[in-house]
Amino acid sequence: MDLITNSYVVELALTVGKIMLVVGPLLIAVAYLTLAERRVIGFMQLRKGPNVVGPFGMFQPFADALKLMVKETILPAGANKAVFILAPMLTFILALVAWAVIPFGEGLVIADINVGILYLFAISSLGVYGVIMAGWASNSKYAFLGALRSAAQMVSYEVSMGLVIINVLICVGSLNLSAIVEAQRDVWFALPLLPMFFVFFISTLAETNRAPFDLPEGESELVAGYFVEYSSMSFALFFLGEYANMILMSGMTTVLFLGGWLPPFDIWPLNIVPGPVWFILKVMLLLFVFLWVRATTPRYRYDQLMRLGWKIFLPFSLLWVVLTSGFLLYTGNLPAVMAG
Amino acid sequence: MIEALFFYMFSAVMLGAGLMVVVSRNPVFSVLFLILAFFNAAGLFVLIGAEFIAMLLVVVYVGAVAVLFLFVVMMLDINFAEMRAGFQKYLPLGLVVGGILVFELVAAIYGDAFKGASLPAMPEISNTRALGNVLYTKYMYLFQVAGLILLVAMIGAISLTMRKRPGVRRQVIAEQNARSRAESVEVVEVPVGAAARTVHTVQPSKREG
Repeated sequence: MDLITNSYVVELALTVGKIMLVVGPLLIAVAYLTLAERRVIGFMQLRKGPNVVGPFGMFQPFADALKLMVKETILPAGANKAVFILAPMLTFILALVAWAVIPFGEGLVIADINVGILYLFAISSLGVYGVIMAGWASNSKYAFLGALRSAAQMVSYEVSMGLVIINVLICVGSLNLSAIVEAQRDVWFALPLLPMFFVFFISTLAETNRAPFDLPEGESELVAGYFVEYSSMSFALFFLGEYANMILMSGMTTVLFLGGWLPPFDIWPLNIVPGPVWFILKVMLLLFVFLWVRATTPRYRYDQLMRLGWKIFLPFSLLWVVLTSGFLLYTGNLPAVMAG
Repeated sequence: MIEALFFYMFSAVMLGAGLMVVVSRNPVFSVLFLILAFFNAAGLFVLIGAEFIAMLLVVVYVGAVAVLFLFVVMMLDINFAEMRAGFQKYLPLGLVVGGILVFELVAAIYGDAFKGASLPAMPEISNTRALGNVLYTKYMYLFQVAGLILLVAMIGAISLTMRKRPGVRRQVIAEQNARSRAESVEVVEVPVGAAARTVHTVQPSKREG
């Protein structure tokens, strides 16, 4: 009995340690992503961005965090208090728990489960609840309109994302994320499935409510959309959740299309660089594109957004599922189903 | 030991959430508790090693179906007092239906149906593969029929909501893309000073009239 309890305790401590090892750097990455966004967009618009607090403005995120923490938390009188407080927590928690299955390197993953990609897909499809609950509980027209837009938008783009994932799964023959990365040792899926890579990336923009699909926030028409009534730390949790989701979606794109932790070519100077470094570099590249897109594109009109999701991406990705599976079947390259 | 602990936790929360779905006054809370119940059901599936079904439960029911429920329920303008008014009237009927369901459940558990049917031994292959193996071979036709039924339901829903209203201006993107430069832009050679002369011909007095 003593031995059993001890082994449980040791395992629990190890798992908690691993989680801390992922969540700690993730939060710092989120903080610096907010700074990177302001700096990068600043340079793209020929201005400097925040550069005063610390060298190159490096301490700006901490100044922002401090400011948000000392502000007053306001509960609107007509709000539904329990749901109002639960919504930002839910958004933030969902943005964190998905990291459990992301492989950073060979074997460097908290939980290497068989249905990893389904788990990721399930968690990312839950993100809409934080937004809907916030919009409803705020008891405000702007927040509610933002929530309704977001519900329709996120559900629509999930469908095409699911079909793109099926494309990748047909090429791999496993739902395990490590197996998906290993299958890209010869060539990254971004090359043979290039159109799907673009569809997936644009869908992740819509899924994370980023420009040009930031209609749930739409500050020029809905003030700030679903989180207009939030202040202080409850606002900060939404903010952190949104940026953590951006990093997560970039990680998901990296695993599915850019070969995860694998180097671009398996040659000498490249393959001695440790896997996590490659993974982080690829995620950073995708995040830069997120910011780049925001600086250069105007917001979509709502009906155009729906048209793009349902009438273009959905049939297109469905067609590619047929083409990919047909091609693999015809050339006899259909992967044998692995244990996963 | 840990598994038993988790089993009781998931089942207790699920039963509590199920109860709250029925008794909460606000329908939005009902849907939120329904989501909680789905989640715990997914947890129970994970405990018996059916991780594929568990994930599908979350993706399909929580991620899509319940979102639409919530979407509709939030937009309803409901008078809560009025909803409670029929409670006494419907209570006997509800009790009868509930009683029948409980009787069936008990009969199934203590009857012959479950005799000797325990959980099958964990197969060597994962349950994703096991499901795929039977779904696309043994139950191929049933699977196709299920798909057809869903297709019919989808077509029905779309045809119910299709309304052709006359006089609505719509953006036809194909038409816009089909326009060529020749038919949409006209280059006019304007002689120098012609525009200025045109402006001068409009008299201030005429504009006021």
